[in-house]
Amino acid sequence: MSATQETVSAGGARTARYFIYAALVILALVYLLPLYVMLSTSLKSLDEIRGGDMLALPRDPSIAAWVRAWGEACIGVSCVGIKGYFWNSIKMVVPAVLISTLLGALNGYVLTKWRFPGHRLVFGMMLFACFIPFQAVLIPMARVLGTFGLSNSTAGLVIVHVIYGLGFTTLFFRNYYEAFPDELVKAAMIDGAGFFRIFWRILLPSSGPIIVVTIIYQFTNIWNDFLFGVSFSSGTSSPMTVALNNLVASSTGVKEYNVDMAAAVFAALPTLFVYVVAGRYFVRGLMAGAVKG
Amino acid sequence: MSFLEIKDIRKKIGNNEILKGINIELEKGGFLVLVGPSGCGKSTLLNAIAGLLPPSSGDIVIDGQVVNDLHPSRRDIAMVFQSYALYPNMTVEQNIAFALEMRGVEKAQREAAVKQVAKTLQIEHLLKRRPSQLSGGQRQRVAMGRALVRQPRVFLFDEPLSNLDAKLRVEVRAEIKALHQNTHATIVYVTHDQIEAMTLATKIVVLKEGMVQQVGTPAEIYGRPANLFVADFMGSPAMNMLKGKVSGADGQQGIALFGNDGVRVAMPPSVTTSLPDGKDVILGLRPETITDAGLVDPRARATARIEAEVTMIEPTGSDTFVTGKLDGATFTARTRSDVHVELGQKFPFAFNLDKAVVFDPQTTSRIE
Repeated sequence: MSATQETVSAGGARTARYFIYAALVILALVYLLPLYVMLSTSLKSLDEIRGGDMLALPRDPSIAAWVRAWGEACIGVSCVGIKGYFWNSIKMVVPAVLISTLLGALNGYVLTKWRFPGHRLVFGMMLFACFIPFQAVLIPMARVLGTFGLSNSTAGLVIVHVIYGLGFTTLFFRNYYEAFPDELVKAAMIDGAGFFRIFWRILLPSSGPIIVVTIIYQFTNIWNDFLFGVSFSSGTSSPMTVALNNLVASSTGVKEYNVDMAAAVFAALPTLFVYVVAGRYFVRGLMAGAVKG
Repeated sequence: MSFLEIKDIRKKIGNNEILKGINIELEKGGFLVLVGPSGCGKSTLLNAIAGLLPPSSGDIVIDGQVVNDLHPSRRDIAMVFQSYALYPNMTVEQNIAFALEMRGVEKAQREAAVKQVAKTLQIEHLLKRRPSQLSGGQRQRVAMGRALVRQPRVFLFDEPLSNLDAKLRVEVRAEIKALHQNTHATIVYVTHDQIEAMTLATKIVVLKEGMVQQVGTPAEIYGRPANLFVADFMGSPAMNMLKGKVSGADGQQGIALFGNDGVRVAMPPSVTTSLPDGKDVILGLRPETITDAGLVDPRARATARIEAEVTMIEPTGSDTFVTGKLDGATFTARTRSDVHVELGQKFPFAFNLDKAVVFDPQTTSRIE
């Protein structure tokens, strides 16, 4: 202990710390730069964008582009803004996140507290599902959705995301419940609680941190997904990400960078919101799993 | 008829036989302690009684009813776990009431029952708290409250004191004893602590490697251990085991310690069979039966005085444990604390053979 203290002088340690903080600040700025450009550009007029400096603050900030992006911008042939697609995404994300989280919790519960022969194999296969590339499942998935008559519907997208998310949510909950004392389950059994009662009354209420982690993870992934959205939906049933792409990629008329940027901010807002609200639980939940698991 | 009967319980996990045919009976209101070193199968047996781990074969009978196929919740038992297993998301009150709630007991009745139990255990002021806000001793009480409130036919305790510090352990142990005396509950209690077993039990079962070594009252287990394992496991400091040979040198049968007729003691009265001369035996003497000359029980029928070198002195305050060395073997004696002993001194130890026991080194069983 004393030997290590002697090798690093107080002054040297302080210099090192300043250096680390400086590096952190610079990196934070680098990461924040795109957000800054997005926000400032969305508040500028088109003239200002064409003539000016990308990094300059808007001379005359206006939310006109935001209003346009939300309600008037043309996506494909219809010029009703992105708001419909925004709600599409919400309608897809909320059930998909809730269902996949709940099923993941249930899987984790069974895989740790109601072990059956071959539970390791089942868990291994679920883990394997996490690593199958999205592209590989596109065609089989399209076929399945077609068979069930769910192509081109929000319900179909919800199912795709639930299935694809299940590997991850199961992994999260399994590792969390692995550290959950078996004796609690035994005590509840003796007290007369059944399978679902133990889950609802004992395990789920004690799973706060991991629920938050799973919800953030699933919400971000599903909200930001483009590939499934573009593959399994079309026209007015598309999610936000697909609409944003269509908006930005449309080649007719004048390129409205400020509207594009405003639409992009709209697309990013929900995930930002979730992180700001629940971010500290996210770190806490990850740590809890890491230390105990 | 016995209230709790355990009939030829066997449990195999893989190729490993953990319980090898256990037979135990317990009368109503009895306090049965299952004791043994870790891995002896005592917790497995308790889980089998609870129904949490079904045995491979055998019957468990409670009050004349075979409960083998009954779910744990329908066996009318309550269990206190080593980790207490309090539901972390519920208050103390909800924890205690949970089992009643699961049985569909009315809310008003539930509250009355919880209040009653909280009063008995003096945890009324804790009812609104959560388990994380309680100390170890308080958690222990809540765990007992959760068991008590159900008024089960049998209480099961799985090493309930092992997470408490030494002082608290003694306190709670006394509370459990008082609880048993006041409620006359039928209790099965698992521990690896032989002092807990001695102080609490009306009946002790000593287990080793999935087999019952001895069943008996604490006095029987302590005074007349069935074999070397029980003798060594129960009692602290452990029983002295001195090698010897049966010798009838002067017409009276005796035991020559270490085969040396110079340190010959009379055959303890606990042995009634006549043994052939020259037979190897092990003489078992509790430390309190080897004392300084002044502490010899005047009622003792057979005593011996043997000089031995003192190699260690451990004062405990009330007594002093003195280790003596004799022919290369050591033994522990319990002397009065004010006796003058010095290291290396030849000290005259008084052996009280009335309470000595003799074992056969081949079979390890006690010779009667």
